[in-house]
Amino acid sequence: MNESNPMHQTPQELIHQDVIPQDLPVLRIHGISKSYGAHLVLDDISLQVMKGQTVCLLGPSGSGKSTLLRCVNWLEKPDHGQIYLNGQRVGMRGSGGIAMSASELAAMRGRIGMVFQHFNLWPHLTVLGNLIEAPVHVQKRPRAEVTAEAEALLERVGLIDKRDDYPAKLSGGQKQRVGIARALAIKPDLLLFDEPTSALDPELVGEVVAVMKVLAQQGMTMLVVTHEMGFAREAADEVILMDRGKVVEKAAPEVFFGAPKMERTRQFLQRYVGAA
Amino acid sequence: MIREFGIVLAHADKLASGLVNTVLLAGIGSALALVLGTLVAMALMARSPILRLSVQWLVDAMRCVPFLMLAYIVYYGLPSLGINFDNFTAGLAAIVIYNAAYMGEILRGAWSRLPPDYTQAALSFGFHGFTLYRRIILPPIMMAAAPVIGNQVIQVIKDTAFLMIIAVPELTHAASSIQSTYYVPFAAFCAAILLYWLLCMLVEWGVRLIENAAEGRR
Repeated sequence: MNESNPMHQTPQELIHQDVIPQDLPVLRIHGISKSYGAHLVLDDISLQVMKGQTVCLLGPSGSGKSTLLRCVNWLEKPDHGQIYLNGQRVGMRGSGGIAMSASELAAMRGRIGMVFQHFNLWPHLTVLGNLIEAPVHVQKRPRAEVTAEAEALLERVGLIDKRDDYPAKLSGGQKQRVGIARALAIKPDLLLFDEPTSALDPELVGEVVAVMKVLAQQGMTMLVVTHEMGFAREAADEVILMDRGKVVEKAAPEVFFGAPKMERTRQFLQRYVGAA
Repeated sequence: MIREFGIVLAHADKLASGLVNTVLLAGIGSALALVLGTLVAMALMARSPILRLSVQWLVDAMRCVPFLMLAYIVYYGLPSLGINFDNFTAGLAAIVIYNAAYMGEILRGAWSRLPPDYTQAALSFGFHGFTLYRRIILPPIMMAAAPVIGNQVIQVIKDTAFLMIIAVPELTHAASSIQSTYYVPFAAFCAAILLYWLLCMLVEWGVRLIENAAEGRR
């Protein structure tokens, strides 16, 4: 461990240490805007996720939640604003101005795990193959070590018996649990969930939500786009409502679901929680 | 008739060495054409319109050239540009160039049907550059395209017969030389056809294995 005062270290040094100062958010999104043509999808969004926090992004379809999530790992490039992962700028070098090279961007993305609505498991690889693919071929870690960790992860999500099956043989809920295990296998600083249960049959939602709740309890840092109000209420540290590209309300779940400040939040809750 | 087949059988070593050359030409030729075709497909899927359109034009042009003409050009035409190949290399080069265009088009077709989701996931997990292609994009494309690639390999096997006209000692060349020496055309050519047929069956069988493996992943 470096004995010098962390205040005297560059941000570059800080992010490669195991201990990140308490006040430095894992993810900081500052003033992000994006439009497709004349349509403004994200309008000056700012939020942050502290280490160990679960932040849920709620909102009607088309409110920009998924686009925001995809901006975090630069799958979409925002028009304005900055994103920082553990203090390091995403997508741009240093203080901005110059775009990251493909390999710099890839290294950045490799620290962020992502779980997709449609799972996006690689069909030509087995369940285990999907888990070890990025750790072995991107992170260049030893296969034996990675395989042992991957098997432990499959135990955790209850799918060790599916280890050698191909994704096509799994149910939607099982695919998504593999998707979560795959994201955990890269030992990410941050996990992004893009509507992880929206493509599932209702009876399969529970098994995926259960896994996510355990992760939240265990202190994984997560930003979750979801329509699962139950998950947001029980597992989130903060709930954010987005509508038409703007943040409408940001509050602790008790406040958000119990006594929301904004009229728009009340309307939203009436429609979505009332129906659920 | 039986006497004629007896003569052919007595010169089985000649047929065998012709068969070996045919297998080498078709095997190495198809493999190199597939590698070159992969690069062609990458160009056909490239973002740059100049690269995409110019390679597309080359591919279309190549597919309109009779294979025999290409073999003639490589063997008889290139020396006037100072490029000299021996017969075998000239034949192999013609096979590779000609079929790279077909393989490129075949792979592009399979690629355009590949859902973008897999690539997206790979990008978000930090894949990029050559590793992205090698590990994530190409394997499912190759599997999906295997039956069509197999057909093309069978086409390559049959096309090697044309190379006798530039004196490549392949199977048809061997059969032809036996029949012209001993005047046993029926037996000599039947024997060659049987061997071509066996080769193609082998390819079909290989493709079926890949298809079965792909089926388990669908």
